[in-house]
Amino acid sequence: MANNALTLELKGEVEDLLNAYVQCIDDDNLESWPDFFTEECLYQVIPRENHEVGLPTAVMWCDSRGMLQDRITALRHANIYQVQWYRHIISNPVITTEDGDTFNVQSNYAVFKTCNDGESTVYNIGRYVDVIVRDNGVLKFKERTAIYDTHRITTLMVIPV
Amino acid sequence: MNATTPPHLKWPANADHTAVPYSVFNNQEVYDLEQARLYNGPTWNYLATEAELPEKGSFKSTYIGDTPVVVTRGQDNEIYAWVNRCAHRGAEICRERHGRSEDGAYTCVYHQWSYDAKGDLRGVPFQRGLAGKGGMPKDFDKKQHGLRKVRVVNYHGAIFGTFSDDTPDIEDYMGEDVAYHFKRIMHKPIEILGTTRQHIAGNWKFYSENTKDPYHASLLHLFHATFGLYRSSQKGESISNNDFHSVLWASGGTEDESALDDMKKDKLRTLQTGEYELQDMSLLAGTQEFEDNVTLVILSLFPSLVLQQIQNTLAFRQILPKGKDEFELVWTYFGYKDDSEEVRNYRLKQFNLIGPGGLISMEDGESTELCQNAIVRDGEYTNVIQMAGKEASGDDHLVTEGLIRGLWKGYKELMDF
Repeated sequence: MANNALTLELKGEVEDLLNAYVQCIDDDNLESWPDFFTEECLYQVIPRENHEVGLPTAVMWCDSRGMLQDRITALRHANIYQVQWYRHIISNPVITTEDGDTFNVQSNYAVFKTCNDGESTVYNIGRYVDVIVRDNGVLKFKERTAIYDTHRITTLMVIPV
Repeated sequence: MNATTPPHLKWPANADHTAVPYSVFNNQEVYDLEQARLYNGPTWNYLATEAELPEKGSFKSTYIGDTPVVVTRGQDNEIYAWVNRCAHRGAEICRERHGRSEDGAYTCVYHQWSYDAKGDLRGVPFQRGLAGKGGMPKDFDKKQHGLRKVRVVNYHGAIFGTFSDDTPDIEDYMGEDVAYHFKRIMHKPIEILGTTRQHIAGNWKFYSENTKDPYHASLLHLFHATFGLYRSSQKGESISNNDFHSVLWASGGTEDESALDDMKKDKLRTLQTGEYELQDMSLLAGTQEFEDNVTLVILSLFPSLVLQQIQNTLAFRQILPKGKDEFELVWTYFGYKDDSEEVRNYRLKQFNLIGPGGLISMEDGESTELCQNAIVRDGEYTNVIQMAGKEASGDDHLVTEGLIRGLWKGYKELMDF
């Protein structure tokens, strides 16, 4: 893929988005999480075993910012789960762009989960495959697919990765 | 209490099936007896869908209880299953979750003993020695050293296996109503849409109880209530067959295209209780695909399967015990082969409701762990299972624990407790 337009400045801009995204989740600032996406978007968390054979079933699958908001409302007011915190570690991303406005980005991630008993565990490992676009001047996710290797989810998944 | 009941398992006298001692959920001896008497006993265990074994040579690795089992489609197009353990020295033969054996052979990597899809031993390297040295004894008979075989049945596209010769015919095992609802969902060829897996730190029977428990549905799972999506008109029934198999069904009457408008109207009526509303109602868009207008079916086939329809979501949930205090729940999601793209998309979006991240199902794993956490001691204490009386039977409503009483009635009989 051509990478004609990728400048250090643009690279920094993309990296800022990736970092701000995980900080938002890890700081439990989840009401702001949908703002990282364009109004029409695709967010999915899909096991690698489905993705690699072309099966579409995902654990979370949202195709609008409204659906992302509904996930958070349910998490805050409907779903029952034990207290838990995420800590994301993300790799340096591989970024390609042709025009400086649309970016195809891939990065690895690890999510550690800590519950009330104080034990931190490796909860979910995978990679993000993103399409990032400029929306009113601001970079946002048009698509964010988290393809996870840890295909046996511990207990449940309520907080987005 | 029978002679075969472990002494620590103090089943209360005269309680019928309304009280179960907690030690049944966290005792190694009980767990081992279950593997022997239930999973190796006269039960049918869900193994796979036929759709996962599409062609000659297809295979899938799974379990009966905690025993590793491989399901295969042979060169004769028949389906077979065998314990995934080489007859030679006990090594695991098949190391992939699923795939296809081009030549129909299954070869242990350790000493390359080779088997066919039926589990019969076909090849033993150096059987006659090398250059006159070594080799197996002259009376070594390959026919005597096949894999441990599993009797299988293909019931309307689902493959079940049993180790016992005493297991009744699958439809007799299920019972009439369970068979009816099974066939209702599996009434035409299915298409697999994916798999998810959940690891839950609780005894598998807490989950069995959960799937026979309509009492908790509106109390634990608050998604519908929170968004004011509750339907007061829900009709339903809880049905028990042969004690430990069951069906819960409910009809919502909201699954056609006009459902969204109806729900919005409903929400107005319940606004005083619901301060939240869905930003994107398309989550609940769907189609009424069954003429009976039933929108929820939880079919629980003891000991290892739940077959479910929730709105347009269809899935097998396979319960795999992994020890006395943990189990894995494997979700296999499907639609029908003749689904239009529109219907398929309804299903994919509605999968947000079920599975490990399911907006209305994620709490089931949580509830299982809540119980397991609290019963580490006081194994002689019992729970209380008395909603809708003391009978181990179904009801024409959903405010009951009758199916759970049925579970324990059947369990005690089969376990000889």
